[in-house]
Amino acid sequence: MGLTADEFTVQFISTLLKFSILAVILLQVPPIMVLVERRIPAFMQRRKGPNRVGLFGFRIYGVLQSLADTIKLIFKEEVVPTGAHKAFYHLAPVFAVFPALMIAMAIPYGPDIQVFGHTIPLSVVRVDVGFLFIFAISSLAVYGVTIAGWASNNKYALLGSLRASAQMISYEIPLGMSLIPIVLIYGSLDLNKIVEAQTHIWKWGIFLSPISFVLFLIAMFAETNRTPFDLSEAEGELVAGFHTEYNSTKFAAFFLGEYVSMFVLSCLASTVFLGGWQVPFFDVRSLDQLVGFTGVGAFVGFGSLFMKAAFFMWLYVWVRWTIPRFRYDQLMSLGWKFMIPLGLINVVVTALALAAVRFS
Amino acid sequence: MNPYIPVLISLSFGLVLGGALSALAALLGPRKPSTVKSEPFECGVPMVTSANEKMSVKFYLTAILFILFDIETIFLYLWATAFPQLGWFGIVEILVFMLILVAGYIYVVRRGALEWD
Repeated sequence: MGLTADEFTVQFISTLLKFSILAVILLQVPPIMVLVERRIPAFMQRRKGPNRVGLFGFRIYGVLQSLADTIKLIFKEEVVPTGAHKAFYHLAPVFAVFPALMIAMAIPYGPDIQVFGHTIPLSVVRVDVGFLFIFAISSLAVYGVTIAGWASNNKYALLGSLRASAQMISYEIPLGMSLIPIVLIYGSLDLNKIVEAQTHIWKWGIFLSPISFVLFLIAMFAETNRTPFDLSEAEGELVAGFHTEYNSTKFAAFFLGEYVSMFVLSCLASTVFLGGWQVPFFDVRSLDQLVGFTGVGAFVGFGSLFMKAAFFMWLYVWVRWTIPRFRYDQLMSLGWKFMIPLGLINVVVTALALAAVRFS
Repeated sequence: MNPYIPVLISLSFGLVLGGALSALAALLGPRKPSTVKSEPFECGVPMVTSANEKMSVKFYLTAILFILFDIETIFLYLWATAFPQLGWFGIVEILVFMLILVAGYIYVVRRGALEWD
């Protein structure tokens, strides 16, 4: 049995491996974030937060709280409201989960690694249309929200889902526009090429196109329905928004979808604007030669991306406990009357500046 | 390897996971249905009418405007990808395109389509 496996087999097996590892990591995000979202506000408000749950007398600062919550959610009774549209009611959680998981696969988590002469990219899905793939899939998340609210036969759920879907589609335009200058600057839709172009800290997207970063950041909060844009589940007026009638594992599915999409957008923001797996003032790929062991560079790169994404996740929580909720008309006019014109101007200015430098 | 094979793998995993989470709710956990319990939640008040009633027309309008502007964004992506090859010609063309778009945008704003009151 030699090591002469053909390229297809190697790529297929490595894809399955990368996919399984990434899926396991992604499924750890919601439990961790649920705990973080209760502990960080507790520290901000000088409370203790959940710190009681433990196993065999070991409390470890309540890290098992999420496990307890999950077990509780799984074994809850499912109550389907009367008059609910059954098929769509059961379908909505599926649409809440899979788009976020699919986009996560398109993000480059590290530089390519060489194993036995085969080049293996550290992203599961590596398509040259990059951004377009991400936008195409992320748009599908709207269906989950819309169907969930409409199928529940609940007025709060319907109002919440109408608000949420209108908000999500409105902010998809600035989200898309904010990334056009990035495509212009780096000349590619491929996320891998964009990261590789950000070799130096001054070549990071945040410095080359700061307005894009601001637009993306605002749109990112609105896309995931997070405060200050969580109109869909303004708990004072709409109980819980589109998932009012969902419980048990279906509720867990919505939670999973929300946190995974937060994580994915954080990773995307880090990839595009903060250099992805690049480390400032240092080439990660030279580490392999320096240490003399394949994969060290990729590991450090993954750590770098993870730290940046963790910063954005923390920013989500920080903003949530700092800025009060917008009113709905303020939210819509911010999106349509401020961010879209600004996005267009940003595109034109970037294009003219680039043309003046490159085609003169 | 075709780059879309991993897309298929992740799509099927996402669908299976979502479907499992959706189906597990009915399989695990107790089941003690009652009329009052399965009523749609309206803060304890009995439901008067079905929830699928008339909704504000503003949401339809937002959806229609979204389609127009989203297609326009995708258009900009195509131009941005071919930006180095098209050069100044592409810039002039896209400026004309944007001028038409901005005219439409101003019309939409003047007609009050973006006002929420």
